[in-house]
Formats: sequence, C-alpha cells, structure tokens
Amino acid sequence: MRSTHQEPRSSSSCAACKFLKRRCTPNCQFAPYFRSDEPKKFAKVHKVFGASNVSKILNEVAEEQREDTVNSLVYEAEVRLQDPVYGCIGAIASLQHRMVELQHDLLLARARLACSAAAAAASAAAVGFVVFGSFCSDAGDWRRRRWRRCGGGV
Amino acid sequence: MMTGAKGMASSSSTYNPPCAACKFLRRKCTAGCIFSGYFPPEEPQKFANVHKIFGASNVAKLLNDLLPHQRDDAVQSLAYEAEARVRDPVYGCVGAISFLQRQVDRLQKELDAANADLIRLAAASSPSVHMPPPPPHQRPAEFGRRFGNDGGGGGRFYQTPGYQITYNASPWADIYNPHGGGFDGNI
Repeated sequence: MRSTHQEPRSSSSCAACKFLKRRCTPNCQFAPYFRSDEPKKFAKVHKVFGASNVSKILNEVAEEQREDTVNSLVYEAEVRLQDPVYGCIGAIASLQHRMVELQHDLLLARARLACSAAAAAASAAAVGFVVFGSFCSDAGDWRRRRWRRCGGGV
Repeated sequence: MMTGAKGMASSSSTYNPPCAACKFLRRKCTAGCIFSGYFPPEEPQKFANVHKIFGASNVAKLLNDLLPHQRDDAVQSLAYEAEARVRDPVYGCVGAISFLQRQVDRLQKELDAANADLIRLAAASSPSVHMPPPPPHQRPAEFGRRFGNDGGGGGRFYQTPGYQITYNASPWADIYNPHGGGFDGNI
C-alpha cells in the first residue's frame, strides 16, 4: 500500500527554489523574500554572494530584520554587477566627494550672506544718519528764520 | 659532495609562501593561483571575510572576468564590503550609502536656503537688479529616489540602480580622506 504521508507542496515555488530547481517547502527560508514574480532578484544575489552564503547571513539576523537584509544584499549585488571593480565603494566615494563639495559651497554661501547682511545693515544706518542730519539742518533753518522775523540779529 | 641516486634537487632561490586564500582553503598555492598577490599571508582576516560573504568560487570568477590591472581594486572593494557586512549583517556597506545620502540631501537643502536668502537680500538692496536663479543642484540620479528623505535607518532598496557613477580617479582617495568621513559615518 502506497504511503499517503507526503510533504505538502507549496502552491508555487519561490524564485530561489525555481532558480535552484528544487522543491519549495512551506518553511522555505527564501520564500518570504524572493517572490516567484521577481526571478532576477535572486539570480543577482546568487551570482554575487551564492545561495549558501545568503542563507547563513539570514540565519545570523533576527527575523524582523531579514527583509532589510535581503534588500540590502540585492542592492549590493546589483551595484556589483553594474560595476564589478568597485561595487558599492564607488557609490560611497562619489557621495563623500559630493558631500565635501556641498560643505564647501555652503560655507561660501553663508560667508556671502554674512557680508551682504552686514552691508545692508551699514547701508540702512547711513541712510538713517543722512535723514536725521537733514532734519536737524531743516530744523536749524526754521529757527533762524523765526529769530529774524522776531527781530533777532544775524 | 655526496649526492643521492636521483641527485640533489636544487632548491629554488626564492620561496613563495602560500597566499592567505590557499592557507585558509588548505590547498597548495600554485604559481597560477588567482588569489596570490591579492591576499597576502600576513592578512588572513581579509580573505576570511571575503570567503564568508562572497565565497571563494564567486570571487575567483569575478577576478577572472576582470583585466589584471583591475583586480587589485576589485579585491580591495570586495574586502571592504565583506568587512562591512561582517560588522553589520543587516545593512553592510549599504548603511553607509544611506547615511551619506541623507547628509547630501541635508546639505543641499541648507545650500538652497542660503542661496534663496542671498537672492532676497540682493533684491531688497537693489530692486531693479534681476538676480539670476542659482544653478540647479546636481545629485546622483537614483539615490534620492531610492533612499528617500525619511531619515529612517536603511531606507528601502526596491528600485534598480540606473545611475552611472563617474569618477576620474580611484575612489580610494575619497574613502580614506579624513575630511570626507569614514565608513561608519564619522564626519
């Protein structure tokens, strides 16, 4: 009599098991992260890291961190395939370079801002002085005219 | 001088110790070993990390696909990434990319704000003078969309990188530049 005990099959294999041509079990470690409709995702990770190494890395991290782990491995694999010599290091170097450029530009812009603000403040103070001086002069003229009308001497 | 029946074999004038890879893999380090020269025996941890993360077979395939003058840089970058992944199994060196991208975004916003203030001051002091807008900022095409500005650790990595990072010199000068910050984000 044929044994009826068989390991249940999952309804569809995950991308990893399809790639590795093996049966995808319900507790497949890769299934939650490599869906069957994303075959290239696992192919890239497999090419750069290998299935065994990915499995070991996933076993090292807590379950709630595995999705982020897989996503970062996929990203790293994609970058390495695009740039086999430098991989992510090229991206890091580029970002560091850009950061230094921005820090320099920001320093310059703030220095210019400080100068412009100081110049604007000095200009406003000078205008105020001229206006006040003009007012004093007018006031003096008015007093002199009034003095003369009252019979005062020159 | 006594010699054996087979004669005394002349010893080679130079002795090449096995490379760190062959020592780790416990195999004979031959003259054509692909790892020899890139994994010196005095740096055993370097190959240990690379082997743990990438695997010897994958590294050998990658090096074989490169030109000889590119292999040293490739090994250095693999060693760097492997060490980063050993230190941070969840994000590896992608954590550093995410951190740097957030710094770049923050600096860009501050620069835009400073330039806007400069334009306002110039307009206020000389209303008749039309100030040209500041030049559009340049940013790596894919990083902003990929990592977002939510400031969250790690971000999301769902999009395929379509950028082309161009750099004239080896990136190692920037990586080790103390003013550019190190891997762990210390600026």
